[in-house]
Amino acid sequence: MSLVLEQVTKRVGHDVHIADVSLELSEDSLNVLIGPTLSGKTSLMRLMAGLDRPTAGKVLVDGIDVTGVSVRKRDVAMVYQQFINYPSFTVYNNIASPLRFERLGKKEIDRKVREAAEMMRIEPLLDRLPSELSGGQQQRTAIARALVKETKLLILDEPLVNLDYKLREELRSEMHQLFQGGGTIVVYATTEPLEALMLGGSTVVLDEGRVLQSGGTLQVYHRPASVRCAEIFSDPPINVIPGRVEGGNVRFGREMGFPVNGHLAALPPGRYQFGVRASHLSIGRRTEKDIRMPFTVELAEVSGSETFIHAHHDGVTCVVQEEGVHSFALGAPVDVFLNPSQLFAFDAAGALVAAPERDGGSRDQDRGS
Amino acid sequence: MPVRKRTLALIAYFILLLLPIYWMFNMSLQTNADILGEFSLVPTDPTLTNYIKIFTDEAWYSGYINSIIYVSINTAVSLLTALPAAYAFSRYRFIGDKHMFFWLLTNRMAPPAVFLLPFFQLYSTFGLIDTHIAVAISHCLFNVPLAVWILEGFMSSVPREIDEMAYIDGYSYPRFFLTVFVPLIRTGIGVTAFFCFMFSWVELLLARTLTTTDAKPIAATMTRTVSATGLDWGLLAAAGILTIVPGALVIWFVRNYMAKGFALGRV
Repeated sequence: MSLVLEQVTKRVGHDVHIADVSLELSEDSLNVLIGPTLSGKTSLMRLMAGLDRPTAGKVLVDGIDVTGVSVRKRDVAMVYQQFINYPSFTVYNNIASPLRFERLGKKEIDRKVREAAEMMRIEPLLDRLPSELSGGQQQRTAIARALVKETKLLILDEPLVNLDYKLREELRSEMHQLFQGGGTIVVYATTEPLEALMLGGSTVVLDEGRVLQSGGTLQVYHRPASVRCAEIFSDPPINVIPGRVEGGNVRFGREMGFPVNGHLAALPPGRYQFGVRASHLSIGRRTEKDIRMPFTVELAEVSGSETFIHAHHDGVTCVVQEEGVHSFALGAPVDVFLNPSQLFAFDAAGALVAAPERDGGSRDQDRGS
Repeated sequence: MPVRKRTLALIAYFILLLLPIYWMFNMSLQTNADILGEFSLVPTDPTLTNYIKIFTDEAWYSGYINSIIYVSINTAVSLLTALPAAYAFSRYRFIGDKHMFFWLLTNRMAPPAVFLLPFFQLYSTFGLIDTHIAVAISHCLFNVPLAVWILEGFMSSVPREIDEMAYIDGYSYPRFFLTVFVPLIRTGIGVTAFFCFMFSWVELLLARTLTTTDAKPIAATMTRTVSATGLDWGLLAAAGILTIVPGALVIWFVRNYMAKGFALGRV
């Protein structure tokens, strides 16, 4: 099965939720929709599923126009951001519910339900009601119900976002295996770059109802088409430093600068926006090529086992991601090191003109964003 | 001991509230002569004659049966019409939906007497006077809007995603409504049924005007105790006590949800 959206637009009143989106999702593919809140991820998924009807444009399944065909007649399963189950059914009946409409024997249904429950590790809970489960178990039930139907199109709308950190990590790592094979088109919405990178497949970057970029997940991560794409697809958002290239040097602000080389060598002189991910900045020197920037600490926040240091100097503000828990005094001077080979260069309009060269990009995969 | 004081105050208040009901009960166990005779807090010579008369005299007990019949019909009709209406108001947006929703409630703002004459004329034309169905339908004027309001509140607290998920799973609309949705709002349905029951049970004006003999409600029958020889106090009190019983039973079942019902399901 293939799913094609042709110039799909969705307007509600005067608000444009989805603007002229064209997408092609092929059989047996995992597609990640990444975008900030209100970027139209949910709207787009509802159009794909057939829950909403586009204002303009067409939705094609296997080349057949299904625009306006009721969701009941489509082969689709969905997992919502909120944990949506039938509150009055037991977990078993919740999972069995979509199967009751197929001509299946009792034994066959029972086998499939138990298989799905085993996969989601909720077998001991089959006799409980959803209200007697924890959030993670409720969402496992919802995912099991979506999987048991074995549909051609499986839509997951930020399924992990309402779970706590630990559960999210746990389910996230399982997700990857669940979507292997089966000829299903999986569409998975998320706001988190890390989740997209873990799932792999291909990625569609959405912002304000428009598709900014689509392609292989790593491809999009390593070569974001624009500043906005790079911001959306890094966490914390990529540091954008306005600068210029003049006389064979890259200059930030008034003082900082370094000679151009490597992938930046081909840049003609002019104004640019340079992007560097927080994980590529460091407090200690990592390589000989690193450039030292004397910054002042604005704020240091500890998140899990990492510390994010917000620092500024000479009109340039950056976030530095450091492994481990560190404490920095407010207003203290700190030396931030930048490896020029990790710099993205965007032109004044925000389009990518130079990206760091990758030899396999293994470092990025390991470190996430 | 502040707690003790509060308990005492509450007990005193409770006694004060129950006094008229107790007095009616007291009267229902006495003969007219005793009632009009010496004052006593407890019946000096308790008797069940009044109750026996009500349960054996057809003119009396048929009043209860008539009332129960039309109240039941009314509750059923109100719920069956209000359920789809409330669902539409809670799930769909259409032109004038908010105005229509408010208009429904304005039906409760007019006194029933306003509708008395048109109803009488209308039901006479259709030959419905003195039937249970006439009273049941006339009470729908007040109960359907109320039912729609209460049910809409309960329905709106059910996430819309549950409807969508059922459609994705392949439920047809009626099957979804009966097997998934109705169980979710059963509390609301119970509370709504209670309100319909109560309004229909205590309504006298329409019920009396639209009936003569065959569908005469108990409240109208009770006025028979006034005769040229005076009031039959004992009988009237016994009938009054029996009228409280069905209401008290229904309240017992929905006691935990009544506050939510009074807030039209919006708590």
